[in-house]
Amino acid sequence: MNTRAPAVQARQLVKTYPGDVTALNGLDVTVEPGTVFGLLGPNGAGKSTTVKILTTLARADSGSATVAGHDVLRHPDRVRRAIGVVAQNSGADPVATGRENLELQGRLYGVRGRTLTARVDELLERFALTEAARRQVKGYSGGMRRRLDLALGLVHRPDVLFLDEPTTGLDPEARTAMWDEIARLAGHEGLTILLTTHYLEEADRLADRIAIVDRGRVVVEGTPDGLKGELRGDAVHVELRETLGDSGRALLQGALGTVPGVHEVLFDGRRVSVRADDGAACVPALLGALERAGAGVASATVARPSLDDVYLRYAGRRYSEAEAPGADALVLAGGAR
Amino acid sequence: MSATLLDTWYMTRRQLVVFARQPAYAVITLIQPVIWLFLFGSLFRKVVELGGFGTTSYLDYLVPGVVVMSALSSNMWAGMGTLEEIQRGTLNRFLTTPVSRAALMNGNVVNNGLVTALQSVVIVLLGLLGGADYPGGIGGVTVLVVASVLLGTVFGALSNALGMLVRERESIIGINTFLLLPLTFLSSAFMAPSQTPSWMRHIADFNPLDWAMVAGRSAMSAHPDWGDVLGRGGALLGLAVAAVWLSIRTFRSYQRSV
Repeated sequence: MNTRAPAVQARQLVKTYPGDVTALNGLDVTVEPGTVFGLLGPNGAGKSTTVKILTTLARADSGSATVAGHDVLRHPDRVRRAIGVVAQNSGADPVATGRENLELQGRLYGVRGRTLTARVDELLERFALTEAARRQVKGYSGGMRRRLDLALGLVHRPDVLFLDEPTTGLDPEARTAMWDEIARLAGHEGLTILLTTHYLEEADRLADRIAIVDRGRVVVEGTPDGLKGELRGDAVHVELRETLGDSGRALLQGALGTVPGVHEVLFDGRRVSVRADDGAACVPALLGALERAGAGVASATVARPSLDDVYLRYAGRRYSEAEAPGADALVLAGGAR
Repeated sequence: MSATLLDTWYMTRRQLVVFARQPAYAVITLIQPVIWLFLFGSLFRKVVELGGFGTTSYLDYLVPGVVVMSALSSNMWAGMGTLEEIQRGTLNRFLTTPVSRAALMNGNVVNNGLVTALQSVVIVLLGLLGGADYPGGIGGVTVLVVASVLLGTVFGALSNALGMLVRERESIIGINTFLLLPLTFLSSAFMAPSQTPSWMRHIADFNPLDWAMVAGRSAMSAHPDWGDVLGRGGALLGLAVAAVWLSIRTFRSYQRSV
């Protein structure tokens, strides 16, 4: 196989579920071999549907996709041999032991005999499950189960590994441990990883490249630093005492836009996000402008750009609000192109 | 083909392990028939005096009835297991591997068949302990076991199809509770057909439960009517094939709806 060919390529994927729910609306994704690619977005953005299509579980209504060079529709069996999948509910058999789960998984890929035993031993050790290997999975902690899920996805040494929300539901400690595991995998044997997450921090920490998915399409793609770098300067977040009407917003937009060093003013409920060359330096001028405009300020913070800011900029909503169903945010982009 | 066979074996073994490791479940599956056997056996002991049972011991008559009823009641719940595998993500995990799709369904059928056969044999042996007489010998018992496995396959496959279709426990529980007793009592399970109202007999003719009982009882009697055995047995086989076909179709539609 040509190593320069993308490990995953999806073009214009569309998927509608019964009841006219559009899960994907023309999604494009390209993942280079040997990299970690993060699909980032709130629940319901279409990340899991994308993974289901790429792992041959679901069929797209239209569009095409190849994984490890094989077309998911024409050669699903070749795709299945080349991929490992760790789904949100990976479904290890609770009554079977960790070792039995791994052995069965290996057998389904045609790994047998001594090769299988050696591979299972290796994985058990690598994921610190050797001691628990002979115990039934129902007695495992959440973190242990997740590590077993990862091992299940790796038994047959796949070329491409899909991780669908790998740390959802884990406590912070287990999450950090999982991040370390994934980071270690990433540098390994040219494995390509496509991971979905709704944690900004997770994508920032693990992924070489990120695509932000919103309402079934990719709204922006790039490296975490590149995306943050596109937002010039610092973010100043001001929390107002009350939500403004349209006219109040327009008024503030004008007032704040004239403060020296300010590029961009975004409104989002009671929050005003200002992008400025030197955030700390322009805070006094900003607060002055707000006071003159008669807007009461509850708090003001200065921050380096985060993926949350990237999300607000490209998806038009603040990340936490996209997570909450029915949330609505209005954006008046001053300096934005 | 050999890959399908091998995968079927892996899938069957996986489920047998679950059965063997849940002793409480296994014991309940086996104890329930015992209760039926000795409860009904004592309760209706004198009913044979009415005549038409083809024996002077009610236990002789009752054993095939309890075997078939147990085959029905244990297989009806197959869909719950499938539902659990769907909700736990196990089924989707298998579907992303190259495992033979047919093996995923075959594993259920073979596992249920083996458990039903075991359950049937245990009931027959318990009956023997209680003093039941089987004039048809091993051959007759084998026919009964095969008939109950076929019946179990019919309802196991339908229950699986239902589980994949409705994806909620409540529906399976509701339908099973609704079906079990009418199907059992609208058959010759506990009462000789000649002692039941004629409308019940007509309904029983269309009840697969009754087919399994008629085939089993006839084969186990001193003078089997092989025409009856083959006729009912063949009908059961046909129904089992149709039910499995239906569950495979449902499985395909499940795959499309993931």
